[in-house]
Amino acid sequence: MAENAQKHDLAADSTTESAASLVQYVSGYGYSAAGTALSQRRRGAIHSKRWVIALGFVVPVLLLGGWQFISATGLVPAYRLPSPTSVWLAGIDLAARGQLGPYVGISVQRVLIGFVAGAGIGLVIGSLVGLSRVASAFLVPTIGAFRAVPSLAWVPLLILYLGINEDSKVTLIAIGALFPVYTTVAGALRHVDPHLVELGRAYGLGRLQLLRQVQLPAVVPSIVSGLRLALAQSWLFLVAAELIAASMGLGFLLSDSANNGRLDRTFLAIVLLAVLGKTTDALIGLLEMHLLKRWT
Amino acid sequence: MTSATAIPGRSAPALSVSLVDVERSFAGATSKDPPRRVLRDVSLEITPGEIVALIGASGSGKSTLLRQVGGLDVPDRGSVRIDGSALTGIDQRSAIAFQEPRLLPWRSIEANVDLGLPKGTPRGERRDRVAELLELVQLTDAASLRPRQVSGGMAQRASLARALARGPGVLLLDEPFGALDALTRLTMQDLLLDIHAAEPATILFVTHDVEEALYLADRVVLLGVESGYASNSGAVIRSVITVPGTRPRDRGDSSLAHLRAELLEGLGVSTHHPVHTF
Ligand SMILES: Nc1ncnc2c1ncn2[C@@H]1O[C@H](COP(=O)(O)OP(=O)(O)OP(=O)(O)O)[C@@H](O)[C@H]1O
Ligand SMILES: [Mg+2]
Repeated sequence: MAENAQKHDLAADSTTESAASLVQYVSGYGYSAAGTALSQRRRGAIHSKRWVIALGFVVPVLLLGGWQFISATGLVPAYRLPSPTSVWLAGIDLAARGQLGPYVGISVQRVLIGFVAGAGIGLVIGSLVGLSRVASAFLVPTIGAFRAVPSLAWVPLLILYLGINEDSKVTLIAIGALFPVYTTVAGALRHVDPHLVELGRAYGLGRLQLLRQVQLPAVVPSIVSGLRLALAQSWLFLVAAELIAASMGLGFLLSDSANNGRLDRTFLAIVLLAVLGKTTDALIGLLEMHLLKRWT
Repeated sequence: MTSATAIPGRSAPALSVSLVDVERSFAGATSKDPPRRVLRDVSLEITPGEIVALIGASGSGKSTLLRQVGGLDVPDRGSVRIDGSALTGIDQRSAIAFQEPRLLPWRSIEANVDLGLPKGTPRGERRDRVAELLELVQLTDAASLRPRQVSGGMAQRASLARALARGPGVLLLDEPFGALDALTRLTMQDLLLDIHAAEPATILFVTHDVEEALYLADRVVLLGVESGYASNSGAVIRSVITVPGTRPRDRGDSSLAHLRAELLEGLGVSTHHPVHTF
């Protein structure tokens, strides 16, 4: 009660006094409530999310229909364009032979191991280069030169040194995944809001604490988009690795079926690559949504 | 007003601050431009527990001066000492609330204030202290919100709470109440005085508000370019005004009218007729 009265007094005071203070209310706003409007609009979007997903299926269904129509009418002969049904049957057939599962499994395994290894290394080197001027001066020219080598050019060396085995394939994929992560992380760390970095220093954060509490959280969005690029690269390099030297996997299925004129299997491999690539990308998308909610 | 707003004793004792002939220049916009001098010959002795207000026109170097005292920036010439020892980089004996709130966007208000607590504060105590500080700056309801979900004034109070959390020997506040409405501003001013009365830190604060300076400070330092000098010759201390009387002061104290006029004049505001008495 007493406090209320007090407030009342203060309010009365402030009206009589404001005339004398000419220079008031000048200040810097850091963040403001302006963000609220944005999130409200997003809430509207979430409401229609099901629609967005549904719309995304429209074009694939149309494509499938067109494909079926073209092959059913014989517009393009079957030896040039197998029908969707024959591709489906080829899949059933491969599954019955016990090949489909292992092929998909080994490809996914290679991508995941290569992606994790490459992204991990990219994250470490990217952090080093992004945070330390010295490391940057030392490493950037060399890394730039390595990056300039078209990654497939490493294949002969990888095969020579590592042999035709899992190691060489996974290494190639890791090389493909490394550079997108390195580039985005190094760039983002260099551009973390200097105000926030200074704030961390002012409040006594050491180098590692600063990295953990300020710099890394600030670059989470960039890291995720780097990971997304890296994952796409990983699938690219998987196919390259398996096309060149493999006895299993979707890339092998591609080259093997093309050699044997089994176009239905070629189409099957392509469709599987599309589905798997899109699925892993969607998983990262989920991770992204989760992380962005937590870290921005 | 002096209810139990004091933070239980964990803060460091107040420390003296001494500036001697501080000078700071910044490089010109391009390499061809001459360096722009912002501060020149700034000398100031602040005794432990004193409250000093820094006023001056926009761009006169107030924030720059505060940064020298915090060790966030190094003078080109002259020296800065806290408690008699010269600064070597960022100084943990002082805590600063920046002109912008500078809250970490991915942390709740609560967690942002926690950042201000001294190293090695035990976990349980941290939670209590943060709750206490949020209560003081009237942000209890916003504790779990993110910075983007609060208003500019709320963010500024969070930033103030973070600086208070440190319980520093020297408290540096850059326009701490600039974004607040009149009522909250007055409440926060009294809060600052309460905290100071309970645990007298040395406080150096920047303000644009002459009333605020006269209400809070022991001395008011007016920063500005000397008349007759080019604007890039650097700001000096134009005058230091000792505010008479003891705190808490009467906000409408008519005996301060001439100081008010003098300061406004110093800021370049012409007071055509003498400030009317209340
Ligand atoms: N890092 C910097 N690099 C270059 N110039 C700077 C830098 N920091 C400050 N300045 C210059 O120093 C001058 C004083 O800046 P400062 O921020 O100290 O002013 P201020 O008195 O705090 O102003 P305001 O009341 O608007 O906050 C300005 O002209 C500004 O351009
Ligand atoms: Mg300023």
